[in-house]
Amino acid sequence: MTDLSNQTPLAPPRSQWLNVWDQLKKHKGALMGGGFLIFITLAVLFGPYIWTLDPQKIDYRARDFRPIYHVLFDADAKTAWGNPLGTDQLGRDGLANLLAGGRTSMAVGWAAMLLTLFIGTMVGVIAGFFKRLDGPLMRLTDLFLSLPILPLLLVAVTLFRQPLHSNFGPEGGMFILIVAIIGITSWMPTARIVRGDVLALKEREFVLAARSIGTRPGAMIWRHLLPNVISPIMVSATLGLAAAIITESALSFLGVGFPSDFPTWGKMLADAVQRMEEFPERVMLPGIAISLTVLSVNYLGDGLRDALDPRIRGR
Amino acid sequence: MLTFTIRRLILSVPTLLFISLVIFLLLELAPGDPMAQVPLTVPPEVKEKMREALGLGQPMHIRFWKWLVQFFWIEPQVMIDHFFGTTYAVGDLRVISWQTRSPVMDTVVQRIPQTLWVVGTAYVVGILIALPIGIYSAYRQYSVFDQCGTFVTMIGFSIPPFFTGPLLIVVFSVQLGWFPFIYDTTHSVDDWDSFLYQLRQMILPVMVLALQTTAQISRYMRASMLDNLNQDYVRTARAKGLSESVVVMVHVLRNSMIPVVTVIALGMPAIFGGAIITEQVFSVNGIGSQLITALFANDLPTVQTLTFIFAMLIVFFNLIADILYGLLDPRIRYD
Repeated sequence: MTDLSNQTPLAPPRSQWLNVWDQLKKHKGALMGGGFLIFITLAVLFGPYIWTLDPQKIDYRARDFRPIYHVLFDADAKTAWGNPLGTDQLGRDGLANLLAGGRTSMAVGWAAMLLTLFIGTMVGVIAGFFKRLDGPLMRLTDLFLSLPILPLLLVAVTLFRQPLHSNFGPEGGMFILIVAIIGITSWMPTARIVRGDVLALKEREFVLAARSIGTRPGAMIWRHLLPNVISPIMVSATLGLAAAIITESALSFLGVGFPSDFPTWGKMLADAVQRMEEFPERVMLPGIAISLTVLSVNYLGDGLRDALDPRIRGR
Repeated sequence: MLTFTIRRLILSVPTLLFISLVIFLLLELAPGDPMAQVPLTVPPEVKEKMREALGLGQPMHIRFWKWLVQFFWIEPQVMIDHFFGTTYAVGDLRVISWQTRSPVMDTVVQRIPQTLWVVGTAYVVGILIALPIGIYSAYRQYSVFDQCGTFVTMIGFSIPPFFTGPLLIVVFSVQLGWFPFIYDTTHSVDDWDSFLYQLRQMILPVMVLALQTTAQISRYMRASMLDNLNQDYVRTARAKGLSESVVVMVHVLRNSMIPVVTVIALGMPAIFGGAIITEQVFSVNGIGSQLITALFANDLPTVQTLTFIFAMLIVFFNLIADILYGLLDPRIRYD
């Protein structure tokens, strides 16, 4: 008979998050995506302090400079080391604009993502936890899912621009408006996933145990349910961030986003489309910035989904 | 099946009513004043008269009701009149655009075929490309094809249409000169050459729109096939001696299509959103570009009608998906 009393574990206990990190490390795409996301976030946060050129400064004598690397194809190209990514038709510096534009795009993306998660998680948890509210809330979710999102966004942004403009200033008003509207119109997938998970968790023994010692609904949600649905929330966070960045850029591209002297990646792209035959880099640079950011976020989400799934982890 | 279809049809009525209410309230609560452009020298009484002429004098619920009547009762009558030469709607007030002073629906009817044509082709092309890719990359999981497919779909997910549009224009229209970069909607197809031209001008917008669809649907197809390939019934089918093609293409595929159909339906709002951008990039004069023009011109009736038409299209395609869902999965029919 084996000795059951001597059961020292072979390895020291590990936290769940350590396991998740180990799995995430195996996913090359997720690591690179996460690295790039951190890089771009730091770049747009601190870049303007290092590259101190004012993105709004108009300098007619230095307009239409090409990026530095352009010398490789065309030795006579108008370039300057002072403007490594060239200047636009008003002589505004490309790099400074790219950094300032990224700041706006990322800020909108993060804020809208957080708002989306907040609304989605709240609706999902409430619908899953309180049986009486489940039906109405899920019908509401279905209704929201069949709304034409982009047309509504366009309408709302155009119509509500003026009052917010006068209350919070042109940039602040637009920021609040875009974040709020993206948040209100994209919480539905999160809510659905969270509700499904909460419904499954509610049948588990630990919830029964918690209820039997008289845990109140609020504490139940906060202490027992939310920590257990954190992984689907994190995955939909990455999807939400990607979607919010794309939506903001699309609005700017269509000309209803931030005011015209305020750079965002979408607006830089839209402004450059007119002359893209002569200056393709002005379309490419912001376009690549948007695409790479979204791509890295998507890869991070893909890796997170694998890492947070205990069935896949450890394989 | 018939009762299932009818039940779904009836369920879409409250959805449409809710959406119309949301759109109406959004426009109603918006602070913009349609009289803002009128010169200050116009006396207030005249301004009040002008407001009434635009139909703004009455309380909110009456106007909502009137709009519903105009849209769901009078406009269909106009359509019947047009097709059968009857006179049901003569003298009735229709939804009038503030921009052109003509009925909104007349312009919409002229423009909607372009949108549906481009969007519809793109969606069909996207699905036709996506399904084989998804099926094959699931069947050969972690093969080179699967890895490449994953990478390409990730890129398709991530590059927004307003970047792929200009990119493709630069490469294919400017550098290579293969395709025109402006969609000529007055072009009429009457012989083989004009048909080829139509095909060539449709390729770019369709490609831009289809890229996103393909990426999304092939991802879901792959995941759903993977879920089904390891099931017991697949082993049973193989044990019975069925050929591999029958196992995959009949048994697994039919079961894997169920969640994919939902994804196809839920992708509708996104594809119409993408259509607005694509129409802007390629100058297609569909309802997307009409919406943008109307928005900038503060033409609220047109905006209201168009947004609602987008909603109707989405609800309609969701309905089709629901019915397909019932066809594919008998359990849903008897739910």
